Amino acid sequence: MQRVIEFMLGLTFGLGLLISGMTDPGKVQGFLDLAGAWDPSLAFVMGGGVMVGLLGFGLAKKKAISFSGTPFHWPETANIDRPLVLGSLMFGIGWGLAGFCPGPALVAMAAGNDKALVFVLAMLGGMVAFDRFKKRDN
Amino acid sequence: MHIDWLHFTPVSSLLGGILLGIAASALFLNSGRILGITGILEGLLTPKSEDSPWRFAFLLGLFAAPWVAKLMLPADLLHTQRIDANWAMVIAAGVLVGFGTRWGAGCTSGHGICGLSRLSVRSLVATLSFMGTGFITVFVIRHLL
Repeated sequence: MQRVIEFMLGLTFGLGLLISGMTDPGKVQGFLDLAGAWDPSLAFVMGGGVMVGLLGFGLAKKKAISFSGTPFHWPETANIDRPLVLGSLMFGIGWGLAGFCPGPALVAMAAGNDKALVFVLAMLGGMVAFDRFKKRDN
Repeated sequence: MHIDWLHFTPVSSLLGGILLGIAASALFLNSGRILGITGILEGLLTPKSEDSPWRFAFLLGLFAAPWVAKLMLPADLLHTQRIDANWAMVIAAGVLVGFGTRWGAGCTSGHGICGLSRLSVRSLVATLSFMGTGFITVFVIRHLL
C-alpha cells in the first residue's frame, strides 16, 4: 500500500512539473533571462509549491511520527558551508546552460526526449564522479 | 527587461506549483521523506536496502507522468519543449548539474521547494546560489556570446 501511495505522489509531482512548465527548458531559461524577454512563470511555480509546502511541513512539525508510522527524516545538516555554496553555484551554471534540473529532466526523458536522455546520463555520470572525488578526498 | 507575455503562464504555473507542494507535503507527512530528486537518485546509486523501495516507487510514478498527462490532460495545458542547447552543452550541463547537486546536497525540489517550506536558511542559501549562477549563465549565453 505504501508503494502505491509513493507511486501516486511521484505521478503527482511529475504532473506538477509538466503543467507548471518546468519540463520546458525554454521556459526555465526564459525565467532566468532577466535582460531579455522575461517569463516570470517560474516564480508562480515556486510560490505555489512553497505556499502549500509551508502548510504541509508546518503540520509535520507538530506531529511526532508520519502517517505510515515511520519517523520523520528531517534533514540533519543545517550549517552553511563551502560544499553547499560551491555545489549550488555549479548546479546553477548547468541549470542555466540547458534549462534542465534533475526532476524535469527525468520526466522529459520518460516522455522520449533524446536530449533529456543524454542530459540524464551525463547527470548520473556527474553524480558518480562526485562520489569518486569525495572518496579520494577523505 | 520586458515581460514575455507570449510565454507567461501564471495560471498553469501556479496550478503546477501547487501540485508540487501537495506531493512534497504528502510524501513527508505520509512517509517521513524529503521529496528531493537528487537525494532520491543518490539513494538508488548507493542503495541501502530498506530505503530503496519507496524511491523506486516514486520514480516509477514520475516516469509515468508524461504518459498519464498525454491520456488525461487537455493538450493546451501542456507546454511544448523548447531546447536551445546543442549536444555538447547538454552533456556539459548534465555533468555540472549531477556533480553540483550532489556537492550542494540538493536541487530545485529538495532545497527549493522542501527547504524553503521548512524555512531552512541553509536551503535558502543554496537556492539563491543556484538561481544566481542560473541568471548569470543565461545572461552570458544569450547576451554575451
